[in-house]
Amino acid sequence: MSFNVAAVRWQFPILSEIIDGQPVHYLDNGASAQTPDVVLDAVRAYETTGRANVLRGVHRLAERATEAYENARIEVATFLGVAPLEVVFTGGCTAAINLVAYSYGALLKPGDRILLSELEHHSNIVPWQLLRSRTGIELDMIPVTVEGRIDLDALPRLLTPRTRLISLAHVSNVTGALLDIRAVVALAKTIGAKVMLDGAQRAPHGPLDLPALGVDFYAFAGHKAYGPNGVGVLWAKAELLEAMPPFHGGGSMIGRVTFAETTFAPPPRRFEAGTPPIGQAIGLGAACKWMRGLDWTAAHAHEMALVQRLMDGLQKIDGTQILGPASLQSRYPVVSFMLDGVHPHDVAQTLDSFGVAVRAGHHCCQPLMDRFDIDGTTRVSMAPYNDNTDIDALLGGVQHAARTLR
Amino acid sequence: MSDQLYQDRIVALAKAKTGAGKLAAPTKSARRDNPLCGDRVTIDVRLDDKGHIAEIAHQVRGCLLCQASASALSSIAVGRDKAGIETIRHDAERAIGREQGEAAEPFAAFTPVKSHKSRQECVLLPFEALAEALS
Repeated sequence: MSFNVAAVRWQFPILSEIIDGQPVHYLDNGASAQTPDVVLDAVRAYETTGRANVLRGVHRLAERATEAYENARIEVATFLGVAPLEVVFTGGCTAAINLVAYSYGALLKPGDRILLSELEHHSNIVPWQLLRSRTGIELDMIPVTVEGRIDLDALPRLLTPRTRLISLAHVSNVTGALLDIRAVVALAKTIGAKVMLDGAQRAPHGPLDLPALGVDFYAFAGHKAYGPNGVGVLWAKAELLEAMPPFHGGGSMIGRVTFAETTFAPPPRRFEAGTPPIGQAIGLGAACKWMRGLDWTAAHAHEMALVQRLMDGLQKIDGTQILGPASLQSRYPVVSFMLDGVHPHDVAQTLDSFGVAVRAGHHCCQPLMDRFDIDGTTRVSMAPYNDNTDIDALLGGVQHAARTLR
Repeated sequence: MSDQLYQDRIVALAKAKTGAGKLAAPTKSARRDNPLCGDRVTIDVRLDDKGHIAEIAHQVRGCLLCQASASALSSIAVGRDKAGIETIRHDAERAIGREQGEAAEPFAAFTPVKSHKSRQECVLLPFEALAEALS
């Protein structure tokens, strides 16, 4: 299957920059992806031809802004395969998870249990620990296999009649492992537990059909999905949003306010207190539309060919060890590795001197690092605009680090 | 390649591993973590009657810069008290550009870190651990 990567790269202005005399080999997409012209154009159009607050004004700029903001909600909903009124704009993926922890968490009782996994990002651990401190719920943890996958064989024994929610990473931000959602949902249904997915690492790799997945909550970040910073998405089934109390209080989320009592707006407005990130949401809408325009069968095949090239190259360098599934099956283009005798930060710093951007460290997954008794990894995270030159530049840098730093 | 952060002198300091390990009977020990990158330094010291360092050892789970710094610090720490260690810290701060002036050896080797703000804490972490051990 052919994939015209040059045509995709051309749409991302930063990729043709020369920085300090070097081309940009951007392989840190898992932390934050680059953004295409169509997103920049959408944000600029809002800022220059329709900048105003949303929902409240009657002047024409306010109407333009509101229309663009609500159109962005429709774009996001279409990308997820859901109804627009089930889409809540948040400040980010972390904010979306915190919203669920607070508002859905308010419906839980002491002794209710939430099930997480050992590979979760801190943003899918700490909000639940805060909830535990507030309300006396209990947390359980699914272990991770040696391949860096959530060990679903352990799931049945960890489910209890009090398990109310299972909240897991759709794709690991460290190992790249894709979760077998059907297995999780099937088991969750047997006890009536809800399922939430942290989609931060999956959403940037193409449209989703959330109803077909059978989950109840889905969260992702705008900036990892080629959109602006400062915006994220929470999707939840309408009946859940309807039952949940507000997270933040303020303007826009109310029905009627008196000093005696306040009533709240219906979802999604109930969860969007104050002025939302308007330009950012509009940009994210454009990013979702851009993603829907891509041939993801070809794009994914391209991304996985890069993963294969990377893994083959790393295995030829003495002392490298990949943390994550060895095969391309059920994985996404996030690859973590260790170089024996060289700290991940020194690998990443050396790569920077080759013009290669990667992330090194614990990746906000300290429990996973503890699981493997490591300080950190060097993580290569790819997007459809990456090409063989990016991978080859990285491999050259790793070889240099192996030669000079140990 | 466009960078010379990992110059031979820094790499040599890290590889020398001066003072790497544990003390059998430390007077004091302290551990410091850098929550941003996960680097961890543990320092053991044996102090004499006057509070001067008689022996020092360090364990570093961290990057090359942190290892090199711990090694450099250990190489000149013996015989110094808290004030003496502060003097060395000023050298390190000068080397990485946080203070004005020339850095003395061995920390002069760290001048390439000046242009890498995100890595400067790696150099200072052993000082943080040692300061805690001496506090």
